[in-house]
Amino acid sequence: MIRLEKRPQPSRLWTILTPLLAVVLTMIVGGIMFALLGKPPLEAIRTIFWDPLFHPQFASYSRPQLLVKAGPLILIAIGLSIGFKAGIWNIGAEGQYIIGAVTGAAVGLAFYPSESVLLFPLMVVAGALGGWAWAMIPAVLKTKFGTNEILVSLMLVYVAENILASASSGWLRNPEGMGFPGSRNFKQWAAVHNDELITGTGMHWGVVAALIAVIAAYVLMARHIQGFNIRLSGEAPRAARFSGVNPSRIVFLCLGISGALAGMAGLFEVTGPAGQITIDFGSGYGFTAIIVAFLGRLHPVGILLAGLLMALTYIGGELAQLMLGLPGASIQLFQGMLLFFLLATDVFTNYRIRFAKRELA
Amino acid sequence: MDPVLLVASIMVSATPILLAAIGEMVVEKAGVLNLGVEGMMITGAVVGFAAAVSTGSPLVGFAAAALASAVLSLSFGFLTQVLLSNQVATGLGLTLVGLGLSALVGASFEGVRAPGMHKLRIPLLADIPVFGPMFFRHDVMVYVSLLLVLAVWAFLKYTRAGLILRAVGEDHESAHALGYKVVRVRMAAIFFGGACAGLGGAYVSLVRVPQWTEGMTAGAGWIALAIVVFASWRPLGVLIGAYLFGGVTVLQLNLQAAGANVPVELLSMSPYLITILVLVIISARGVHGAPGSLGRSFHAST
Repeated sequence: MIRLEKRPQPSRLWTILTPLLAVVLTMIVGGIMFALLGKPPLEAIRTIFWDPLFHPQFASYSRPQLLVKAGPLILIAIGLSIGFKAGIWNIGAEGQYIIGAVTGAAVGLAFYPSESVLLFPLMVVAGALGGWAWAMIPAVLKTKFGTNEILVSLMLVYVAENILASASSGWLRNPEGMGFPGSRNFKQWAAVHNDELITGTGMHWGVVAALIAVIAAYVLMARHIQGFNIRLSGEAPRAARFSGVNPSRIVFLCLGISGALAGMAGLFEVTGPAGQITIDFGSGYGFTAIIVAFLGRLHPVGILLAGLLMALTYIGGELAQLMLGLPGASIQLFQGMLLFFLLATDVFTNYRIRFAKRELA
Repeated sequence: MDPVLLVASIMVSATPILLAAIGEMVVEKAGVLNLGVEGMMITGAVVGFAAAVSTGSPLVGFAAAALASAVLSLSFGFLTQVLLSNQVATGLGLTLVGLGLSALVGASFEGVRAPGMHKLRIPLLADIPVFGPMFFRHDVMVYVSLLLVLAVWAFLKYTRAGLILRAVGEDHESAHALGYKVVRVRMAAIFFGGACAGLGGAYVSLVRVPQWTEGMTAGAGWIALAIVVFASWRPLGVLIGAYLFGGVTVLQLNLQAAGANVPVELLSMSPYLITILVLVIISARGVHGAPGSLGRSFHAST
């Protein structure tokens, strides 16, 4: 008879081991899946996890891509993790990311063709504010009416997608684009182009912001009283209230931070790697960031590593599509499985497994 | 627009959400919050479509969809009930897995048409003028969904098993102390919820749209979750909620088709906006009726 015994404290060792175990399990089950699809499993795994970094031919192209893809994931996941710690489930980061991109781009395009150095910072602020405002909707509804933030933030993703559609085909459409949907291309507008800062690294302003966010989140959660309040609200809401923590303020703080970071990520993406507002610019980061947040154990440094790993699966997935004809969707499934295995193996973190005979009642 | 056609299309539009929502309501009544409805629905949509296309029988498709989603939901059950993982996170994981899985399985079915579903003419009733074509000339799944609501209502209200299920959801410690198998009851509820979500998904791909496109459930699973809240965890409320939502969807589609002087995007987002609005009104009223142990993990030795 297998019995679970709750640990007084989550095991520190297993907190670090479970993500690794989850990756190994995902590789095994993913390998089986690839074999079922008629692809060589070992080669597929190698193509996804090894070749983007070390293959003599591809690595020079794909290594910089690692930071390009990881930047937005880390930035969004850092924000989400702060909320998750407090038990505030912002599932709508995808919407905040889209709205941030749209508002930031709209502010920039209003000044076209200005070459002012102030323009790009202004757009970043506008993007962050856009994402923040979008996240304030579930925050206000939760604190004023007790509305569930999971459902509201998610519904707002579909609303944001429609706003994006109307922006790219209507009010932000390139007037010189001969009627094609999509805004002006930011890559052709030097003042606002979010280009690589050091050639060949893939590091753009979004990556810099992500690294700053990692450090800031670490300081907030480990050293600052608000970070303590956030953790307390998640672990012991009643105790938090007795100690004078205002639950509404925590909701506004957590949703505000994650919305602003997601909005910023959207602006960096649209002015950089994506290049323009289109109906499907870099979508999906908002949802993948949820996996990144959990895989990083809601810890800033963990999220940094998890973001890089998840970026690797994107790049390796593209490579595997190209080299082995692996369907693109299998990578999405791969990422989902990773979260699933992580949650499953988490049992070791919080419980001891005891093999004992059934005792007489 | 012809009111007969309007009511008939509202019923078709409401059925997938009704099926998913009534299943989720049972799950939540047992005290489990499964946020994976969207993932189970999309899995049902693709499996149902694949099975129906390869056998030529929509009914086989529905059966396969129910089974596939129910089996998928057991993975959620195993994680949350046996390994005691966080229900919110695990439900999200289930949705992500379902979206990936369906895209993978469905890739080879893009552009194929689903086999048609016979309309069932209910004898005598179908011949009533106006009401006949409105209510009694639908495919069999519309009636199955309505009967399911009735069955769930009767089960929860009048049977012993239903009472145990509610007890487990209301207070799992007491239910356990009384000797009821909390985990087993919850697993059964999760399985049932999965099957219902699968049927709902298959209805989208086999009847509502009759084809497969990636991500075609487009948030229907999340709306089903919202409708359970709207319904205050009552079967009749689920029915009303699903039909109201179906009505909004059909109306906005009709306005789009009629070329109304409103931006198309505004019309497309209206079902989601109205869902938010309804959630606000329900929450503001303050009467929730949520089961007491909803979303909490149960571990016998603690």
